[in-house]
Amino acid sequence: MKAAIFEYARAESIAQACSLLAEHGADAKLLAGGQSLVPMMAMRLARPAWLINVNEIAELKSSRRDGAVWVTGAGLRQVDVERDGELARAVPLIRQGLYWVGHIQTKNRGTVGGSLVHADPSAELPLVAQALGASFVLRRNGSERTVAAADFFQAPMVTATEPDECLAEVRWPVWQGERVGSAFDELSIRHGDYAIVAACAQVEVDSAGRCVRAVLGIGGAASVPVSAEAIARSLHGTQLDDTTIEAAVESIGQYLDPGSDVHATAEYRVHLARVLAARVLRRARDHAAGMARGTRA
Amino acid sequence: MNEPKSSVCITVNGVEHRCEVPTRLSLVDFLRETLRLTGTHVGCEHGICGACSVILDGDPVRSCLMFAVQADGHSITTVEGLANADGSMSVLQDSFCETHGLQCGYCTPGMLVATHSLLKTNPNPSAGEIRDAISGNLCRCTGYQQIVDAVQLAARRVAAGNGNR
Amino acid sequence: MAEKTSPYGFRYIGAKRRTKEDPRFVTGRGRYAADIQLPGMLHVAIVASPYPSARIRSIESAEALALPGVRYVLAGAELCAAVDALYVGVDAPKVKRYPLADGLVRYAGEWVVAVVAETRAIAEDAVELIEVDYEPLPHLVDPEEAAKPGAVLVHPEHGTNVLYHRKFVWGAVDEAFEKADHRLAFRARWGRSATVPIETFVAVAQWDAGNEILDIWASIQMPKFPDQLARALRLTGNSVRVHFDVDVGGSYGVKRGMKHTLLVSYLAMKLRAPVRFLEDRLENMRGGDMHGPDRIFDMQVAFDHDGIIRAWKIKALDDVGAYAGRSPLQLGKPVSAICGPYRIPAVEYEPTSVMTHKTPQEAVRGFGQSPTNFAMECTIDRVARHLGMDRLELRRKNLIRKEEFPYRIPSGTTYDSGDYHTVLDKALKAADYEGLVRRRDEARRAGRLAGIGVSTCLEPSGGNSSFEPLFNPKNETTTWMDSCLVRVDLNGAVTGVFGTSSSGQGHQTLVSTVVGEVLERDPSGIRVIAADSLNALPSNSPVGSRMAIMLGGAAAGAARKIRDTLLKIGAHNLGLPLSGVTYRDGDVFDTLHPEKRMTWDQLVEVAHRKFHKMPPDIEPGLQAKFVWEVPTGGTLPTEDGQVQMYPCYSFETHVVYVEIDPDTGKPVLQRYVVGHDCGVMINPDIVHGMTYGGVAHGVGAALYEKFAFSEEGQLLSGTFMDYLIPSALEVPEISIVDHCTPSPLTTFGQKGSGEAGYLGGPAAIACAINDALDPIGTAIAETPMSHLALWSLIRAARAKPKMKDAA
Repeated sequence: MKAAIFEYARAESIAQACSLLAEHGADAKLLAGGQSLVPMMAMRLARPAWLINVNEIAELKSSRRDGAVWVTGAGLRQVDVERDGELARAVPLIRQGLYWVGHIQTKNRGTVGGSLVHADPSAELPLVAQALGASFVLRRNGSERTVAAADFFQAPMVTATEPDECLAEVRWPVWQGERVGSAFDELSIRHGDYAIVAACAQVEVDSAGRCVRAVLGIGGAASVPVSAEAIARSLHGTQLDDTTIEAAVESIGQYLDPGSDVHATAEYRVHLARVLAARVLRRARDHAAGMARGTRA
Repeated sequence: MNEPKSSVCITVNGVEHRCEVPTRLSLVDFLRETLRLTGTHVGCEHGICGACSVILDGDPVRSCLMFAVQADGHSITTVEGLANADGSMSVLQDSFCETHGLQCGYCTPGMLVATHSLLKTNPNPSAGEIRDAISGNLCRCTGYQQIVDAVQLAARRVAAGNGNR
Repeated sequence: MAEKTSPYGFRYIGAKRRTKEDPRFVTGRGRYAADIQLPGMLHVAIVASPYPSARIRSIESAEALALPGVRYVLAGAELCAAVDALYVGVDAPKVKRYPLADGLVRYAGEWVVAVVAETRAIAEDAVELIEVDYEPLPHLVDPEEAAKPGAVLVHPEHGTNVLYHRKFVWGAVDEAFEKADHRLAFRARWGRSATVPIETFVAVAQWDAGNEILDIWASIQMPKFPDQLARALRLTGNSVRVHFDVDVGGSYGVKRGMKHTLLVSYLAMKLRAPVRFLEDRLENMRGGDMHGPDRIFDMQVAFDHDGIIRAWKIKALDDVGAYAGRSPLQLGKPVSAICGPYRIPAVEYEPTSVMTHKTPQEAVRGFGQSPTNFAMECTIDRVARHLGMDRLELRRKNLIRKEEFPYRIPSGTTYDSGDYHTVLDKALKAADYEGLVRRRDEARRAGRLAGIGVSTCLEPSGGNSSFEPLFNPKNETTTWMDSCLVRVDLNGAVTGVFGTSSSGQGHQTLVSTVVGEVLERDPSGIRVIAADSLNALPSNSPVGSRMAIMLGGAAAGAARKIRDTLLKIGAHNLGLPLSGVTYRDGDVFDTLHPEKRMTWDQLVEVAHRKFHKMPPDIEPGLQAKFVWEVPTGGTLPTEDGQVQMYPCYSFETHVVYVEIDPDTGKPVLQRYVVGHDCGVMINPDIVHGMTYGGVAHGVGAALYEKFAFSEEGQLLSGTFMDYLIPSALEVPEISIVDHCTPSPLTTFGQKGSGEAGYLGGPAAIACAINDALDPIGTAIAETPMSHLALWSLIRAARAKPKMKDAA
């Protein structure tokens, strides 16, 4: 399991990474944490002719609040994001999702942007991004564009990122309400494995406990992580009681198109999506109620 | 098909190594085959078993998931570098011997790297925290129990101030 | 925690002592086969078959050979002409196996071409340039289909896919079935898993042309490895030197690697350069030939109202994959404990070993016993459920009683000793069984699926190999000896030498403890080394839970010879008869006047320098070898297949509490207690460690691990992302309760323990899962009991009208 040969360059800035990409185009691949790319190269399932190391680019490692969004640099290590208490308060789903990601050794290397661009349909961060409607700032030589999550994730391991583009930042919506709750849950066979199915939800309730805003995401059960918008919308105005939630998630299958493998059948995945969707909605509701009482998750 | 190479300067266990390496050489192969530091082991080469764990700039990472070129300018500590300055076993290493926290020894360097790092940030970990910290390191001999015992013993010994054995 | 002093009254045996091995491993100074670096060493990569069954039409390697750094491309035709086929454990000489396929490929992943290059990376580059033209042929993945007449043949020359089949009937089985109040029948399946050590197989070979010796460093755990290798290479045995002093990174049975070693040996001799093959994980999982038993059990049991079991019939169909090796014999070991720890007077056993187009099977911890224990314990629980009887009461009624030992079972083996009821009681107490029952019942009332499992299982130990003549009348093996040499040098230091490799069992600790015990010298000063195969002593390697018994016995025997010599030297020089002197702490003194003595140093000095002070007929120099035959060994099976198989029987009982999430099928083991009796423990930390590890392995086999194959014959779990080895978060905290019933057959009363934990673990977990599933009226008798399998059962059960109310 040795990688095929490749040419290597280390980029010191986003601009340099972009010009290297412009030069080598489709034959080049950015190397961030490498926790997914490197094993694929070892198995020779990936064989870029050029590997451009973006780990040393300082400007990819910023993390800041910008009004109603939190902006994370694509090169931030997962472990640093997970430990960031302020970020966890602003966008709690990030930490809640990262709890399930890999192990300390992989989180020490794995980056936020790397996981998102790798776009494994059962990975946690893409799910959170999809559910929250994060947006992605893509740079190429001399230009920049922002892509919404709904357009970013296109197929398993395929995103809107063009071969000459570098993901620079991810913009995570911050829900500023008083009573916001969120939850992430997944079923993996062993802790740290890719999820069989993952689900996350974030809700905001008013002082009467009525849902004013909700999102629900499901990973691992379609070619990309999905945001179950109609289900989430159907919860608006309800008390988010168990019966309402159970009824709402009944139709989750409409969003899903899961495959079967040795560990899970399509049927099992749809079932799990329903179970986990209900669980995260209930927990998000309870979390929101707790926030109202002043407790923190 | 010429083998592309790149110059690197990598500090391993406090010693600086300047050399030219094939770009595709993994960090673990660099340590084992180039530097002949064979304490770090290869188990799966796809980032699951943890046998190749080393400390990169203070944090445990999998050395099969990095190319040596990525370590240019960085500092690595391997199991060979965990002993005390005088070469005697660290409290953690000694505790693994005391509880017999190993059998064949193959996963042991990775376990030591993972738990050494844990104790740096959490000097008094619970059994659950230890299990979480080693959950990325597979062991087929021990059932993990005597490893957990070893880490708890090391933590107690450091807390009791007999850190130097 | 182990006691600081021996609980058995020994000086060192059974006391808490650090091992000899651990310090080198914690400092990164182990020396594994992959750590061997030889000047000019070449590296191998493999071209593997993508088809489960195909004819090789042609192999094109010119492009690969032209790649800079590539030194050789070896295909099956050349190799198979130059070496002999590998050993087959049963009488099936036409089932020929070579390191590389020639003509036909018989499983996906089978090695077809070996590429030799200056680096492994270049060898892998070259592998991609080799074009093999295959003609796909029909393939088989279903062992029941494979066993039928007219099936596609894996080895057409053999004429059938069946490697071995026999029906043994011991006792009046049919009569018992006729007369019994009740009969039950069910099918149990043991899924294909293995020990999967974290170190893959590694072999390094170097041809020493000056001395005409082939040097081998390989990660082996295998009996008769040097002999088999020499034979396959058509070399004399004394032309092969296997270095047993490499550390082996785990094995638990599977590290045989004969084909790997034969391949690098041939290449090293051919190319006159050292050659290394370091199997990568993908090669290891698919083509490393180390999958474990893959069995279908058809169980029948006859029993009375009162729970007394009269007889059982066990039909076992084992899918060994595409080649034979020793794997059919894994159906043989269970003959040694075919009624488990129970008084079952009549047993029928019908093993069938069948080939399919899958990766071949290798020995796995317990050599077929754990799957059999799983099927037997599922049977016991079903009997209890059928009768509405408590499972513990049923076990207590049928377990062999302490006073009944030695106990002869129907298949001809006598169990040496045991106290099963006491061990069971101790484990139940440690687990707070009543508390667990309350916890389970509360969980059930709260709507959760909760269950308790208890298994009572045997670990046959002492590694006899009587299944060889039993399964192959042409094989008259009746000894399975091991040996040790003990030397005291001129300066008085003691060295023990043994002749096999170690993969974590702590043989250096074992030998030093035993020699120290006999010579009354501190084990920490005793050095122990593994000699190479030309220097070494007869050994059958650490298989079959045998080394505490066999190497321990051999080391004690050699040390006693040394002590006897010292006594003779002492008596001679003190002018006393042998009966008048005493040996203590290495000194020999006048029993009546202890001040009249010769010290250790003086005795050693005489033996090494002062021949004039030596008693007559004693060799100078202090060195003694002892070869120990397996206790109770030395006999061939009877016509009806009765044989004394293993000498010693360790006993374990597991108590497991599980809860299953009914909505996801996820099982969580919340409490795990093992009661264990392996006689006298030589080093308790080592015994406990192996037991914990065996439990963890059992957790994997029971819940997570499977080499799954598609209908197309492709391995679906060929990486560590799909083959799920449990981590520290899946393996629960485990409590072990020790008990000691010494074996009357061994030097210190020790029994084997290398397979402990694994032999009763999957059985207990299955019993716990089934207890949890019982209230919803469903059951499982198949491993692994995966999340998906459990969820599917739960869902189907809930869709049915309720069978009975939740407890």
